[in-house]
Amino acid sequence: MSAPGRSDAVIAGRLPLNHRSGLFGAGLLVAGLVLTWVSLMRLDASAGFIKYILVAVALGAVFQGLKLVSKWIFGPLFDLGLWLSALWISLLVLIAVFADLLPLRESRDVSQALQAPIRQRPNLFSSHPLGTDAQGLDILGGLVYGARVSLIVGFGAVLIGITVGLTVGLAAGYYRGKLESAVSFLTDSMLAFPPLILLLAMVAVLSPTVANVTVALAVISVPTYIRLARANTLAFAQREFVLSARLLGERNPAIISRELLPNVLLPVVSFSFVIIAVFIVTEASLSFLGLSISRPNPTWGNMIAAGETRLNDHPHAVAVPGVALFLTVFSFNRIGDRARKMWDPREAKL
Amino acid sequence: MSESTNPSPPLLRVRNLSTGFETPRGLLWAVDGVSFDLDQGRTMGVVGESGSGKSVLVRTVMNLLAANAVVPDDGEVLFRGRNVRDLDAIEERHFWGTEMAMVFQDPMTSLNPVKRIGRQLTESIRFHLGLDDDAATERALELMNQVGIPEPKKRLRQYPHELSGGMRQRVVIAIALSCSPKLLIADEPTTALDVTVQRQILDLLGRIQRETDMAMILITHDLGVVASYTDEIAVMYGGQIVEHAATSDLFEDLAHPYTEALLASIPRIDLPSHARLQAIGGRPPDMVAPPPGCRFAPRCAYRTDECEAAIPELISVADRMHTCRCIRPLVSHRDVAEAVVAPNRPGSS
Ligand SMILES: Nc1ncnc2c1ncn2[C@@H]1O[C@H](COP(=O)(O)OP(=O)(O)OP(=O)(O)O)[C@@H](O)[C@H]1O
Ligand SMILES: [Mg+2]
Repeated sequence: MSAPGRSDAVIAGRLPLNHRSGLFGAGLLVAGLVLTWVSLMRLDASAGFIKYILVAVALGAVFQGLKLVSKWIFGPLFDLGLWLSALWISLLVLIAVFADLLPLRESRDVSQALQAPIRQRPNLFSSHPLGTDAQGLDILGGLVYGARVSLIVGFGAVLIGITVGLTVGLAAGYYRGKLESAVSFLTDSMLAFPPLILLLAMVAVLSPTVANVTVALAVISVPTYIRLARANTLAFAQREFVLSARLLGERNPAIISRELLPNVLLPVVSFSFVIIAVFIVTEASLSFLGLSISRPNPTWGNMIAAGETRLNDHPHAVAVPGVALFLTVFSFNRIGDRARKMWDPREAKL
Repeated sequence: MSESTNPSPPLLRVRNLSTGFETPRGLLWAVDGVSFDLDQGRTMGVVGESGSGKSVLVRTVMNLLAANAVVPDDGEVLFRGRNVRDLDAIEERHFWGTEMAMVFQDPMTSLNPVKRIGRQLTESIRFHLGLDDDAATERALELMNQVGIPEPKKRLRQYPHELSGGMRQRVVIAIALSCSPKLLIADEPTTALDVTVQRQILDLLGRIQRETDMAMILITHDLGVVASYTDEIAVMYGGQIVEHAATSDLFEDLAHPYTEALLASIPRIDLPSHARLQAIGGRPPDMVAPPPGCRFAPRCAYRTDECEAAIPELISVADRMHTCRCIRPLVSHRDVAEAVVAPNRPGSS
């Protein structure tokens, strides 16, 4: 059922736009940009704390201004946060894929970075735009290669989880019977085991490579995926279109893959964005603790750990990967929220 | 067995069919000893309260049962002389669609929400008729015209949620008709639709039934609705057929007290009633432990002690084709029945 509120909102979207708020937004945007530039470039370190507060205020103004302007241009339904999230994730994926082609300074091998200044502050117009760390390694480079690790681990674990979870969950939910009982018993037992302990045990036993961490996280997610897939399969398998597919000559495997899978996939995928965010944080925490990928391979977690000792006078070594982590997790959650609203059968307008 | 004078066997012959379900409380007999014949070109209405076993009956006829269903071997479903229950999996897949097809209650759930209408329509055509994509699409457009879907080309590319309930049910009917079945079973095809559309869908089913000369089983709660679309009516109660007659005979000479109670709850017979049946006093029987005698006895206004002794046989009343499961059918006692208000009817047959 399409909710009345929804169509009202669409109608509201066609109402004449408010030019005054648009112009105000443009002003705010410009002021915010100027303030950002001034506070980042013109204030030196002596400003200290004040500088960061000013930057935060300036960025807030930029965001609000951009929001008003984008609504002015694209209509009041335009969701700036969502688009910025999508933009950030796309950017991240691009730099992670093409990391080797980018003109980055050495971020891995200390012996190659002997000439580089250590603990250099970020300066967008220098050869180390985001500065260097205690060993002279480039932070931007670390950020890019760290993004690669975060994304591979997040997406990889979720893909494995989805594949296994869907296969098992669909079969259990469709064929029922003994298979379902066995699967339920297994997933329940796995869910009863504290996931953190299981994870720590796995990374302790396995060598900390990207592949192993990915698999360990996937193992944690599989029972949840199986449950989700099974529950959705049960709901859809009762619908008559499944029966009519049988009546029209489809065999069980075809019914599962062509009738049920597309329906079950939507809620499972929309749930996955949130899980990717959780896994990226988990991987960062593990490598912060030295339990996951460690130096010389940069990850956001081990970069934070490395910069932590000089947090007071050189905060950028922690702030840069920290902000990247925050933005990434925030973006995945934001996209996940929207996807759930669109696709989840409980909320969808079907 | 064969009481029909018709020399050729009927299209569908159901004999002593029972269906039970294993439930935690014990075996539940949802269908209990049902027999009937249905000839080509005829429409049979099946009416009865919710839970009386109508859906289970037709699903058993189509051999489409849940895993916990039990069908005793003495029950027979002969379709064109073949026992449906003997079909193997491969035969079954060719049987469904080309021999028997089904239209379900809720067009919301009988179409796959994530597949385009076109694909849902052409899939079975391609499978059963072995047509290629273009020919199947051609056939789909033809079917959509037949069931009165405007702008069929555009609809092919749409998803179910883009269509209204009535249009969706037309699509479901088109799918059911796609391989020209000999028997169409419509299980409450209009219950989920709004009143103005109900009539259109029933008219459509009636017209197609006449045009194609197929047989049809039309299930509904609503005696008023079936009256104008059926040749004969079977009234079900507690898993049994309690009365079965030609439509006009049923309304003129109703014999079973349950049928009477059903009819009494409809304001006018000649006008289609869209209201659901009012509940008849008392509750439907518990099918795990049904009452020992006549299933309707506990709620019957004419009950006697005799009624609770044994399950009444299905007997002929008025004419041979009119059968009724009551030891003292109302037909022969109409005057008496109307004279008496008290539940205990004096005298016996
Ligand atoms: N798979 C099943 N397992 C157990 N009991 C079942 C199952 N399917 C149906 N029943 C029971 O069989 C009985 C008859 O159900 P059926 O669906 O045939 O009723 P109906 O006459 O079609 O009712 P309605 O008008 O509500 O559709 C009900 O008591 C129902 O609970
Ligand atoms: Mg039913």
